[in-house]
Amino acid sequence: MERDDIIEYSLHAHHSEEDGKKIRKKIFVVTALLSIITAVEVGMGIIWGKSALDPEGWQWASIKFAFIIMTLIKAGYIVMVFMHLGDERKSLRNVILIPYFIFIVYLLFILLAESTFIHSVKELMGWV
Amino acid sequence: MAGEATQVIDKAELWGGGRSPFSVSYGKMMMWFFLISDALTFGGFLTALAFQRHHLADEWPITEEIFFHFPFTHAHLPLLYVALMTFILIISSVTMVLAVEAGHRMDKKGVVKWLAWTVVGGAIFLGSQAWEWYTFIAGPDGLISTSADNASLASNPYGPQLYADFFFFITGFHGTHVLSGVVINLIVLIRAMQGWYEERGHYEMVEKVGLYWHFVDLVWVFVFTFFYLI
Repeated sequence: MERDDIIEYSLHAHHSEEDGKKIRKKIFVVTALLSIITAVEVGMGIIWGKSALDPEGWQWASIKFAFIIMTLIKAGYIVMVFMHLGDERKSLRNVILIPYFIFIVYLLFILLAESTFIHSVKELMGWV
Repeated sequence: MAGEATQVIDKAELWGGGRSPFSVSYGKMMMWFFLISDALTFGGFLTALAFQRHHLADEWPITEEIFFHFPFTHAHLPLLYVALMTFILIISSVTMVLAVEAGHRMDKKGVVKWLAWTVVGGAIFLGSQAWEWYTFIAGPDGLISTSADNASLASNPYGPQLYADFFFFITGFHGTHVLSGVVINLIVLIRAMQGWYEERGHYEMVEKVGLYWHFVDLVWVFVFTFFYLI
């Protein structure tokens, strides 16, 4: 806890009124972007929702894919701009992001593969 | 902000081990470590959801047909209230980043103002979450009773039991994070008002709780997509 009173690291983070204006402008641009993406997502969800499309068809698959892409874009802006990870050292950024991505992508792959298998067994046994 | 990544750190400021890893302060790095472990928990929840709903795809309920209620109206507005909640959380994230920015300029008034709005946004989100839970638990007939037509961890009128379980666990776990975030923001707000950070010479504490608050917003972005939209 006592390290919290060491101010030197944090003093580096200070900026002037001029820089503040630029940073605020960036914040507002990102805000607008996040809001627009969310609005588009909701609009797509209402117009081409799961209830309107065939859940097995390619249309719903591409909508789903678009949702995931838009979510990742939003997440990227939140992490890089709002959480200032884009301004930190590259090594810190990599230490935080790379192991997490590798692990989650692996987990997702393994779980979806298993899930598909369970579904096919259920179909084979006539349970669905 | 941008400065610290390039600045050469003075010998006197190094950590106990004689180094300053990644040129960030101890508290900030530990906050990042905590956020990674927390992100793994949420990642576990969401991948488990993907696993279950993928093989239960035939019976999984359609979200738009469950979440179409909006407070004070009986209109059929699919997903709009959840979208509004998402928007509120994003805006409270923006006010938080403005508080951090004000802190970098040592602008006490700005920090207090934006932090206060962040707390307000968090409180509105929590209230919406409570309303959402009430509506979900009440079930299709809209009445809270003790019978089986209410949603709980043991019964689900909408479809597979797991759907209700995931709803309660994911949004509940996220709501708990929002609640603790609001409390932490409130504490930092009070300290900022008392001038603690002014005296300390920097507002890094606002930046650290800001990281946590943005993380809460980040998780909700994923919950919104993977629980509600897809």
